[in-house]
Amino acid sequence: MERAWRNWYLIPYAAWLVLFVIAPLVFLVYESFLDIDGQWTLANYEKVLTPIYLKMMAYSFWYALLITLASLLIGYPTAYWLTKTRHKQLWLLLLILPMWVNLLLKVYAFLGLFGTYGLANAFLQAIGVGARQLLFTDFSFVFVSVYIFIPFMVLPIFNALEELPPSLIDAARDLGASGWTTFRRVVFPLTLSGVKAGCQAVFIPALSLFMITRLIAGNRVITLGTAIEQHFLVTQDWGMGATIAVVLMIAMAVIVFLTGSGRKEGSR
Amino acid sequence: MNGQAIIRFDHVTKEYDGTAVLDDVSFEMERGKFYTLLGPSGCGKTTILRLIAGFIEPTQGTIYFHGKPMNHVPPNKRQVNTVFQDYALFPHLDVFENVAFGLRVKKMKEADVRQKVKEALRFVNLEGYERRRIQEMSGGQRQRVAIARAIVNEPEVLLLDEPLSALDLKLRTEMQYELRELQRRLGITFIFVTHDQEEALAMSDYIFVLHKGKIQQFGTPKEIYDEPVNRFVADFIGESNILSGRMIADFLVEFAGRQFACVDRGFAPNEPVDVVIRPEDLELAAPEDSQIVIRVDSLLFRGVHYEICGYDENGNEWLVHSTKKAEVGETIGLRFEPEAIHVMRAERRKGDEGWNEHGETGI
Ligand SMILES: Nc1ncnc2c1ncn2[C@@H]1O[C@H](COP(=O)(O)OP(=O)(O)OP(=O)(O)O)[C@@H](O)[C@H]1O
Ligand SMILES: [Mg+2]
Repeated sequence: MERAWRNWYLIPYAAWLVLFVIAPLVFLVYESFLDIDGQWTLANYEKVLTPIYLKMMAYSFWYALLITLASLLIGYPTAYWLTKTRHKQLWLLLLILPMWVNLLLKVYAFLGLFGTYGLANAFLQAIGVGARQLLFTDFSFVFVSVYIFIPFMVLPIFNALEELPPSLIDAARDLGASGWTTFRRVVFPLTLSGVKAGCQAVFIPALSLFMITRLIAGNRVITLGTAIEQHFLVTQDWGMGATIAVVLMIAMAVIVFLTGSGRKEGSR
Repeated sequence: MNGQAIIRFDHVTKEYDGTAVLDDVSFEMERGKFYTLLGPSGCGKTTILRLIAGFIEPTQGTIYFHGKPMNHVPPNKRQVNTVFQDYALFPHLDVFENVAFGLRVKKMKEADVRQKVKEALRFVNLEGYERRRIQEMSGGQRQRVAIARAIVNEPEVLLLDEPLSALDLKLRTEMQYELRELQRRLGITFIFVTHDQEEALAMSDYIFVLHKGKIQQFGTPKEIYDEPVNRFVADFIGESNILSGRMIADFLVEFAGRQFACVDRGFAPNEPVDVVIRPEDLELAAPEDSQIVIRVDSLLFRGVHYEICGYDENGNEWLVHSTKKAEVGETIGLRFEPEAIHVMRAERRKGDEGWNEHGETGI
């Protein structure tokens, strides 16, 4: 009886899973084998392997990598500093707060900030650098993406740092290690699980960004995400869009598989 | 004082949020001796080690190494290594790399590293465990890795924070011998922390008895055991009978309603004192042929001896260790020699807190 009841509770979730995860996936894979007139074909997959799409893929990976690296370089020291400050909870809240704001809203905010007459240019002018074209550049694209993804990098690293027993740092210092050596040989290796989790949480969504590419980068940066959007909404070539999506998902799965699922390795 | 002292604490106070955890502590330690810091939980033992290792700085006072002030020298610049209370082994490194950590930091040549780690592991009987992960080692083995990791650096001073507390009795006794042996062979200063008085008595050249951030007594194990300076030390260092009394004159003390000859002198006439008599110094005798008469209240067989507990006519409790048996409810006599009586100045008690200033030896 007990068991039977427990299984009943799973029904809403199972239904959700089937309707909104499994069915769309099956549909997506099915669609990727159809051409624009609804005929069976492998042409979509052949097209994905042409230089245009390969280049697009390379770009996507390159930008995702850049965004992940920048997030890591800013996120790790931030997380480290967070573990040391007095009002941890407050700072943590401030860090998480922007995550609750809608993505589109944040992007529009940056349109204002980075615009020709925006705050950023006013500042550049004030310090004597002079106004620049900020929007629709690679830089602004990476900058805004990093801004949006940084909490996803900081939180897992912060947790890993919090779990690190402080006596290990004492031990390293006791054995003659300087602050930097202690970081390199003890702190960083033991928080690697957090770094991995953070990189996954940034890299994978960064691969399929599309909104920011259009609004901030003005479609100068064409990533796979943009391509999918264009095929579904503009060219109406659903087959091609589905194929790119399938390829992207396979790539993501491979990345998750190769980097491990974040936990278990590393600490303990 | 002389140049011999390797470590000197000069009126060192350590406060956390305004509460003194160590209160104006001064002492010296010499090269090549085995020192023990003994005291109940929370008395400041680990704090002293952390001050010596350099993880924390004194709030007041100065710490000297070889006569040089060291307050602001970081831990990695001190010739001191620590065996931590929780071992603090690096979970991402195997046994070999844990032990090699200090040598690698010093950029020692690979061949030398191998040689030294091998020796250190042999020292602690862990040959063949080089490639084991820390998670695969037992508590006792981990602790030996921690010792190897510290001694491989050939420090001048080795700090050991309750390193034996996680071990079972047999392994613990074994390790007590091994550590003592190790200290003799290395010839370096050991500062060993424990709250187990038997361990302290068995291993040390000198013992510091600590209580509430103050040194209660410093001395050899024999001195501490035979001549405790106050009630706290007498009580902490072993089971004893502690009675309040009065010093009538030199060599004459009154307690339990009677006067006894003793070997102590130098007290003011009629000065209140505490008297300690160890349970093993009491001998069973016929009531008419004895100094104290008690009624046996309980009896426990302890293997080597019987532990007899009883009350005298004034209601004082007496604990006796005797190879002879007694019956519960029986009236028995106790005899003891004048040497068995240890007289200490009574502490002025404010409530139950605070030990008097005689209780502290500034050394
Ligand atoms: N970082 C700290 N902040 C505040 N109080 C502390 C800190 N470290 C230690 N204390 C306090 O200082 C006192 C002495 O601590 P210490 O660790 O030296 O005790 P100990 O003698 O080693 O005890 P144990 O036998 O339990 O290990 C304790 O009351 C403890 O609560
Ligand atoms: Mg301690």
